[in-house]
Amino acid sequence: MVIRGRALVVGDDVDTDAIVPARYLVTSDPAELGRHCLEGLDLGFPGRIRPGDILVAGENFGCGSSREHAVLALKGAGIGCVVARSFARIFFRNATNLGFPLVECPVLRDVAEGDLLAVDLRRGVIRDLTSGRAFAAPPLPPFILEILDAGGLIPWARRRRYGA
Amino acid sequence: MTLAEAIIARHAGRPVAAGEFVEVPVDFVLANDITAPLAIRAFRELGANRVFDPSRVALVLDHFTPCKDVRSAEQCRAVREFARAQGIPHLFAEGRGGIEHVLLPERGLVLPGEIVVGGDSHTCTYGALGAFATGMGSTDIGYAMATGRTWLRVPRTIRVELSGELPRWVTGKDLALHLIGMVGTSGANWCAFEFAGKVEALPLDDRLTVANMAVEAGATAGLFPPDGEVLDYLRGRAARGYEPVYPEPGADYAEAVEVDLGRLRPLVARPHSPADVVPVEGLGEVAIDQVVIGSCTNGRWRDLLLAAEVLRGREVHPRVRCIVIPGSQELHLRAVREGLAEVFLEAGAVLSTPTCGPCLGGHMGVLAAGERCVSTTNRNFRGRMGHPEGEVYLANPAVAAASAVLGRIASPEEL
Ligand code: SF4
Repeated sequence: MVIRGRALVVGDDVDTDAIVPARYLVTSDPAELGRHCLEGLDLGFPGRIRPGDILVAGENFGCGSSREHAVLALKGAGIGCVVARSFARIFFRNATNLGFPLVECPVLRDVAEGDLLAVDLRRGVIRDLTSGRAFAAPPLPPFILEILDAGGLIPWARRRRYGA
Repeated sequence: MTLAEAIIARHAGRPVAAGEFVEVPVDFVLANDITAPLAIRAFRELGANRVFDPSRVALVLDHFTPCKDVRSAEQCRAVREFARAQGIPHLFAEGRGGIEHVLLPERGLVLPGEIVVGGDSHTCTYGALGAFATGMGSTDIGYAMATGRTWLRVPRTIRVELSGELPRWVTGKDLALHLIGMVGTSGANWCAFEFAGKVEALPLDDRLTVANMAVEAGATAGLFPPDGEVLDYLRGRAARGYEPVYPEPGADYAEAVEVDLGRLRPLVARPHSPADVVPVEGLGEVAIDQVVIGSCTNGRWRDLLLAAEVLRGREVHPRVRCIVIPGSQELHLRAVREGLAEVFLEAGAVLSTPTCGPCLGGHMGVLAAGERCVSTTNRNFRGRMGHPEGEVYLANPAVAAASAVLGRIASPEEL
């Protein structure tokens, strides 16, 4: 599957409080959470997101709080996928469990805001169509792929472990 | 095997090695007023009807409680209804509760050698008791509540060899900040810390602080082998039988570091990263507006005692609001009985019922733009305590209290 979109660039250590500040954690509705997506970085950030955008991050994206609302906020804001040099463990689990696409690519660099990207999730290739560069991501462990292929932890569990 | 490997192996029923994915039974599962509603949704989506064992689930209402608004009240109500329907005895709320990671060890609900998963990143706190405890998101917790199982990637282990004795005004908080400053905010991602050497030089309350902050370096867990102090603490308190687990000689460590506790000084982490760590003395004049003493990091008895020692007979600076929050009902009562409450109130501090409150910018001390706070909590990310232009410096309770008195970030030595 290839996801195409415009790059929205953020830095290192974008934590889940920045993705969705705690004061909004009185709901688990993705659309409502999405209206505050990345507001912790900058109050004007939600206004800059267009549906289908690809979030490009540095190291340790999603560190901090375990709130799954962070993934829901990204989904709710219409972010197509997140590519980062690295992801924090809990965020990585949460996105996997919810079937939200991530690509971890340690060699990712110099993607400019607004570049057009094409992310091949299966092959783990990120193409910057604007600059003409391509970055290869290491393959995901088979166990993680199994969950992603099922569409997340719940469908995986329903199918394989938990009844039907 | 390392301590993490040995605990996971015992649950998996076979030896394991770092990097492997395993599915294991869990001994205890918890969630709070923010993460439980989503976990309950996941539980239902799974088609589950009953939690795997009601006595091994805790639901702690601590983040926005006493409820800050109608919507937080509705979330709490949904959690209460679930607890009642499922017959879950460990539902903790106002007046009989506290901050989850202060409360559960106090109630003997998380024990050495166990695997504990929680819908809260600071679940790693229980590593201080020798439990493999780790934070997860709500879907993982819904799955664990339904099945009594979870999947784990066995972490690589960073061994931290301790020596020396803590100097005056230096605490576990300073060890935690020192380590995070050393490895960085993601230096221990998918790893566990395992403490060794002179573990007994850290009182249990301080170990809980250190294990609590392991996640600030990205760690899955922060583990201490349970010594006599832990076993004594649990006597008469443990809710179940348990069997401590220890690392095996010759275990394979990914890295090893040494820390001489005697050389640590009071430290602070500057905004907006827990890894931007400097000694208090090196900071210069930094005026502050607020001080918060509490949280799952530093809301325990030794923390309150240290803060009281500094505040006794002194006054909070007129420009500063100082908010003290004991971590549990039991500690709040003890603070009243043993005169600490009076010390705080006489000094001009606010004494609050247990709550996470300001730690996550929820209520009870949210920052305005441009305001600066010294906090004994664990995270100073941009916007964590309120407005994105607010600033949080992390410090130990003695430094926080001294700063409250002087109106600027200060070491207790300066008083
Ligand atoms: S005190 Fe702060 S860090 Fe601890 S559980 Fe509450 S919100 Fe989380």
